Order: sequence, then C-alpha cells, then structure tokens
Amino acid sequence: MFARFTEILVGVFMLLFFAAMFILAMRVSNLSGLTSNQGYEITAAFENIGGLKVRSKVSAGGVGVGRVTGIRYDSEDFEAIVTMKIDEKFDQFPLDTSASIYTAGLLGEQYIGLEPGSDIDFLEDGHEIELTQSAVVLEKLIGQVVFSRSGQQ
Amino acid sequence: MLDWFQHFGRFWIDLSASFGRAHLFLGRLLLSLPSLLVRFGLVVRQLYASGVLTLSIVLVSGLFVGMVLALQGYNTLVGFGAEESLGVVVALTLVRELGPVVTGLLFAGRAGSAMTAEIGLMKATEQLAGLEMMAVDPFKRIFAPRFLAGFIALPCLAAMFSAVGVIGGYLVGVEVLGVDDGAFWSQMKAAVEFGDDVVNGLIKAVVFGFVVCWIAIFQGSDCIPTSEGVSRATTRTVVYSSLAILGLDFVLTAIMFNV
Repeated sequence: MFARFTEILVGVFMLLFFAAMFILAMRVSNLSGLTSNQGYEITAAFENIGGLKVRSKVSAGGVGVGRVTGIRYDSEDFEAIVTMKIDEKFDQFPLDTSASIYTAGLLGEQYIGLEPGSDIDFLEDGHEIELTQSAVVLEKLIGQVVFSRSGQQ
Repeated sequence: MLDWFQHFGRFWIDLSASFGRAHLFLGRLLLSLPSLLVRFGLVVRQLYASGVLTLSIVLVSGLFVGMVLALQGYNTLVGFGAEESLGVVVALTLVRELGPVVTGLLFAGRAGSAMTAEIGLMKATEQLAGLEMMAVDPFKRIFAPRFLAGFIALPCLAAMFSAVGVIGGYLVGVEVLGVDDGAFWSQMKAAVEFGDDVVNGLIKAVVFGFVVCWIAIFQGSDCIPTSEGVSRATTRTVVYSSLAILGLDFVLTAIMFNV
C-alpha cells in the first residue's frame, strides 16, 4: 500500500516537473516564438550598425518578421555586413526593399526595420538589400547639436 | 612547538586522505549505477524521499523569492521608468541563478542532511556490515539509488522553483504593483532564451545535484559510527555542499554567461 502511495506521488512529482518545464519553455522563454528555422537569409551592408546584435529583431511595419543571424565587418569596403533570416511566411519583400536601423524607445534595443519598395521581383535567399540607412548614434547627434549651437553664437 | 607542526601535518594528511577516499567512493558509486536498471523501484522510493518530500519547501520558497524579487526589482526599475522590464529581471534572475542555487541549498539542507544521517545511522547500527555479510553490495542497494534519485530530483525541483517564482513575481508585479500584464510576459519572452538561459540553469542544477549527493552519501558512509560522529557528518554535509554549490555556481556562471 505504501509503495503504491509513494509511486503515485513520484508520478505527480515528475508531472509537476514537466509542467514547470512547459511554463519555462512556452511562457517564460521564447521557444514558441520566432524560432522556426524555416526561412531565407538576406544580407545588408551598413556604414554603422550602432548597438545591433546577433538575434536582434528584424521587423516590417513594426511586426517581427525575422532575426539577425550574423554580423561581420568587411574590411575592403569598410562596412558592416549584417545577415538576417526572414521567416518563410514573409517571402514577398520587393527587391528594392530598404533596411534601416532603429532604436526601440529612447534607450531601448536596436532593431532592423524593413520598408518594402515597389519592385515586382521578390527578395530571395542570398540577396543583398541595396538601400540601407545606418543607425543613429546618439553621441554624434548630441555633438552636432552642440557644434551648431556654438556656431550660432 | 613540534606538536603544533605535527597537528598541522596530520590535518593535511587527513584532508588529502579523505579527499582520495571520496574520489574512490565516487568511482565505485558510478560503476554501480548500471545495476539500477534492473531494480528501478529502489530509485523511485528514493525519489520520493529526496524529491517529493522536498517539494513543499521548494515551492513555498520559490513563490516568496519570486515575490520579493518583483518588489525589489520594481522599486529600482521604477526610478528609470522601466518597470515594464520587471518580468525580464524576475525571470532571468530566477532561471539563471536563484533557481538552481537556492534549490541546491535547500536540497542540501533538507534531503542531503537526511541522506547523511540515514546512511550514518545505518553504519553506526552496523546495518551496512550486515548487508555485506549477506553478500548484498551496499553500493548497489543503498548508495546508488540515493545518488541517482538526488541527481534526478534536483533539476526537477530547480525548474519548479523557477516556474513558481515567475508566477510569484507575476502576482506581485502585475496584480499588486500594477505593471502591465502584456508587457510583463512579452518582454520576458523576448529576453529569456530557452537554449541559453533555461537549459544552462538546468545544467547548473544537474551539477549541483551530482555534488550534493556525492558529498551527502560519502559523508554518511565515511562517518565515525557513533551518535556524535553521525551528527558531525550531517553538519559537514550541509556546510560542504553549500560551499561547493556557491563556489561551483561562480565557476559555471563564468563559463556559461561570459558574453
């Protein structure tokens, strides 16, 4: 009788563990989110990527459509090459789509915003986005303001 | 003066001798693990003793740790107008650090000490010697099931601790302090990586479970077979396991999260 009781409780214990893992996986971490590995990779060259990191969000119209998968520096053109993986659901971005680096909020994370152009052909795996706009570096902006002020006086 | 040197020398000899015994013990313990495949019922019974009976204290402390984290985190974050990030703070602290570490400490205090006392008493009342007389290997019958059970139980408990802690943080942060419900969960989801944070936290818990059970069982079987010896061994289990957990946690964190 006691053995049965023990075994039932151990079963409940393990079930609780699975429930906890489920909460941690689905509610707490982003396992359920944009983790489908199906997608296509495109690249874009930026003069300055600011604080962009691998796994930063790629969004179009504010909706997350992919993630940054790689960042490297091209020492021939002196540009940062950002590789991003776009979810396969969103495979109809025109060829002349432009990419800019924005900041979420004043001090928030940086992300890539895609703005679709009007070409009739679509971006595919391995394509490069031609039109890019670098990150706004706050220190540069402040510097410009300060210098323009001192110029006026 | 020479006496002092003799004591000092003996201290180190004893220390390294017990260190060596502990490793030989671990070797035999690991070698007797396969025999458990035949009689898994022993492990289930120990899982009850070290897992189920520790459950209540782990769940209650998880809830309260999560609630306190939310209160403290809120007070700090509200100064930056960033109270929406409360979920991130609570979840990352719990999953990465507090879940495995606090669970490990509680486990050492609740289950580890019980293991040592039980085995020590078995030794003091010569039950272990009796088993050997009957050609029953105490490693296979007594030590290995306890080791494996603790090894399984601690990661499970740590996961439950983190999950309950996040719920506690949610109760205080959203229900009491009025952080936005959606922002709490969505920011948490965006910041916590399953592969990096949750799995690394579990790996920590597995390592702690290994160390705590090793220390507890070794201290029990290595104790002086008197009532005083058993009590000393029990104390040593708690002290050594706590120190080992805290020290290993630093090392593991340095390896895992040194981005």
